[in-house]
Amino acid sequence: MVHDPKVTAREVIALAQPLLLDSGQVLDRVEVAYETYGTLAADKSNAILICHATTGDQHVASPHPITGKPGWWDRTVGPGLPIDTQRFHVICANVLGSCMGSSGPASLAADGKPFGMRFPVITIRDMMRAQMALLDMLGIDRLYCVVGGSMGGMQALSLAANWPDRTERVLAIAATATMPAQNIAFQEAGRQAIMADPAWQGGDYYGSGKAPDAGLSVARMVAHITYLSEESLTEKFGRRLQDREAKSFGFDADFQVESYLRHQGVTFTSRFDANSYLYITRAMSYFDLAEEHGGRLADAFAASRARFCVISFDSDWLYPTEQSRRLAHALNAAGAPVSFVELSAPFGHDSFLLDVPALDRVIAGFLSR
Amino acid sequence: MSTSIASLRPDLAVIAAHVAAGSRVLDVGCGDGALLAALRDERQCDARGMEIDSANVAECVARGLSVIQGDADADLAFYPDATFDYAILSQTLQTTRRPDLVLEELLRIGKQAFVSFPNFAHWPVRLSLLWGGRMPVTRLLPIAWYETPNIHHVTVSDFRALVAERGITVERSWFLRGDKQTSAAAANFRAEHAVFLLSR
Repeated sequence: MVHDPKVTAREVIALAQPLLLDSGQVLDRVEVAYETYGTLAADKSNAILICHATTGDQHVASPHPITGKPGWWDRTVGPGLPIDTQRFHVICANVLGSCMGSSGPASLAADGKPFGMRFPVITIRDMMRAQMALLDMLGIDRLYCVVGGSMGGMQALSLAANWPDRTERVLAIAATATMPAQNIAFQEAGRQAIMADPAWQGGDYYGSGKAPDAGLSVARMVAHITYLSEESLTEKFGRRLQDREAKSFGFDADFQVESYLRHQGVTFTSRFDANSYLYITRAMSYFDLAEEHGGRLADAFAASRARFCVISFDSDWLYPTEQSRRLAHALNAAGAPVSFVELSAPFGHDSFLLDVPALDRVIAGFLSR
Repeated sequence: MSTSIASLRPDLAVIAAHVAAGSRVLDVGCGDGALLAALRDERQCDARGMEIDSANVAECVARGLSVIQGDADADLAFYPDATFDYAILSQTLQTTRRPDLVLEELLRIGKQAFVSFPNFAHWPVRLSLLWGGRMPVTRLLPIAWYETPNIHHVTVSDFRALVAERGITVERSWFLRGDKQTSAAAANFRAEHAVFLLSR
């Protein structure tokens, strides 16, 4: 059922073929949940695939069904916005391994029970295999553009490298072609928090009445810090105390920043599955486009004829500009038409989701011709 | 948004008029992309750019151009040899830390290179220094010495000496005074602006 006037389809589609995964395993009966916005042109020339970030979903510009909050890129995707749904047919699919309708560890296996940790370990390329199969079923051979921020940017790059004929443009924001050690480290800390929670039960918590909410909440708190910048935290909270005049000399959330993080952690558990968090962050830590293509990043793009636009933010310390610059140089070395710009914004990694007028101009400009 | 060759800054118009149609071009320090857009739209060039200022890069991307934010001193190293028919450096040479190395890089990346720069030996500049005893502030050099990005002022004669020393061939040269071309005779004294086409 379509609730939002901008949404032109909201479906869960069963893929026609099993997916052969990077691990060598085969995943049968894969489902992909997706939304579309705007109308597909008769010649199918105006399709844009938007790939979501780690804990994002297909509700790119429609209210989240659980939290009721606006879509995660509501400010960018819509009529008259930088990704203009009056001109483009936007498709956004929930990634494989997630928990918003696409197949993941909470889905039922052939025996009728949830997969849990029996779900195969997936990669970013596997996520794209599912989305390419979706495009096949939608009859879209070639995209006008593939767009993504953070893990969405990695998916966009994976598409360009592995299905070079399927997109005319690639827009990768606050992303990387190779997951750096620091990011792997933060994600491992998050996963260990989940797995250390006794309620995790080896991943078989579905139907037990207990879920590893405490662990997932800590994982989210750690991750959330990495999405912000010192400047934005200081600006927003400083050392201000939460609803009190003096420190409690206890372990309550004395500071506003503590209270904020706890809130972020707790609300996250209401909308996200802990096992999905394990699988998706695992996929990210495995991501290395250079390694996939013989160790030289430029070779990953040798067959691509697409135009690329790579954007980073000066306050993003999780996916720093150096990663994007390296990617831009590799694209250059491959002879690909590439633009690269580091935009100034105070919000850290999350800048790609927030009010950065220069970002709007670059996105709209890149898509304009 | 596009720019016609006719409306370009005079040194860029000279360059645009002598770039072969359909060629591959890298404009280093491409600013807002005016030259690149003109070369793409009127010369059917595969025109790419490098620019240090992010607002300018954003403007270029909005024009549908492929421009990389980068620094001529550091980032030219990442381009493969002979990738372009022309590498262009307009009014940027004097802002680089090592103009000599940047020149070498231009001729490694491009089969030919266009280089344009304001001539510091133009007679009003000389007069200003001679009579005023102060670093000149002129139409093409409008910013005081302490805040100018032009850290390596160069004259036509200096430039000729450098390219000769490095074994670089001057294919052609053009000299400008105001918006008009002027003769090569006494160019070091009379030209406000110089454009060179170089090769190895």
